[in-house]
Amino acid sequence: MTGTWAAVLATAAGCYALKLAGLTAPRRVLDDRRARRFAELVPVALLAALTAVQTAGFGQSLSADPARLAGLGAAVIALLLRAPFLAVIVAAAGTAAALRALGVA
Amino acid sequence: MADHAEQQARADGQDGGDGRRRRVLSGPARDGLVLGLAVGTSGLAFGAAAVTAGLSAVQACALSLLAYTGASQFALASAVPGGGLIAGTAGAILLGGRNALYGLRLADLLRVGGPRRLLAAHGITDESSAVALAQPAPAAARSGFRATFASLYLTWNLATVVGAIGAGRLGSPQTFGLDVVGPAAFLALIWPRLHAGRAERGVAVLGAAIALAATPVLPPGVPVILASVAALAGALAAPGPAADAVSEEGTGPEAEAGPQAGAGPGRQ
Repeated sequence: MTGTWAAVLATAAGCYALKLAGLTAPRRVLDDRRARRFAELVPVALLAALTAVQTAGFGQSLSADPARLAGLGAAVIALLLRAPFLAVIVAAAGTAAALRALGVA
Repeated sequence: MADHAEQQARADGQDGGDGRRRRVLSGPARDGLVLGLAVGTSGLAFGAAAVTAGLSAVQACALSLLAYTGASQFALASAVPGGGLIAGTAGAILLGGRNALYGLRLADLLRVGGPRRLLAAHGITDESSAVALAQPAPAAARSGFRATFASLYLTWNLATVVGAIGAGRLGSPQTFGLDVVGPAAFLALIWPRLHAGRAERGVAVLGAAIALAATPVLPPGVPVILASVAALAGALAAPGPAADAVSEEGTGPEAEAGPQAGAGPGRQ
């Protein structure tokens, strides 16, 4: 529990420090286009990695859980239909829950 | 979430001069208020995901109050069950790096110093940046930033409390499909970026592949951080336009390091 609190507070401190650093730093930091592009692309890489690992990962093993995959598929459909964020989440969770309740997945 | 934030901010920035909107509140303030209310409800999903992952309701609320940036919050919560807390923390902070980019661009517009800068920094999210950077003038940007910060902060935190307490009473998370909330949230956050260009899609696929390949062999959380190599490859392969060219393109949030991937505290 103490470790979890340390992680929570470290995350909060780190995230705040980054916000403040941006507001305080000289603007010419943005001048290097490779650095700027890297900073733009980091969230893309990390979010894609998180999506993949949390869908297929069970601890350190990988497996295709049908309910999770169907839930993610529902999220894709909702996103294609331009549904708001919360609707995407509800569609994903609802699909996975329904398949499990029906014993299909 | 940020995609909607961005779309709305862009749209609203365009009709910000609409006289009709000025009756009650100025255009940017009203836009910020509405956006904050709409996006803040996503705190429900965060609160539920955090408690499902094993954080206490108080810890979930502490993250929303203090970190106040959605993607990082989701990322840390997702690291709790696997036990990779150090890597999870590093990944969460890395995800918050884009807020520094917003700050760089907001500094000229907000022009705050002293204690007010400390407060303004906390309010930097995908959403507040999207609204502020979409405005044509600094005064409108400040007004939009303040309104978004206030309404999103309140809504996001209240929604976190409700989501955390609600999920704690549900029982087995899998029964309700709550294990899919995390991946679906991350996918929704990355979605608008996937339409931004081929480089973004390439980086996303490469990042996912790296993380999956590394999962069986590296400690939990580390594969996700390793995936940032994909961003490095993308930046070196296609660095994008030079700074001068970009800043001439306009004031929209899409210019330079505009709000895109969001995890506002919506996702923030």
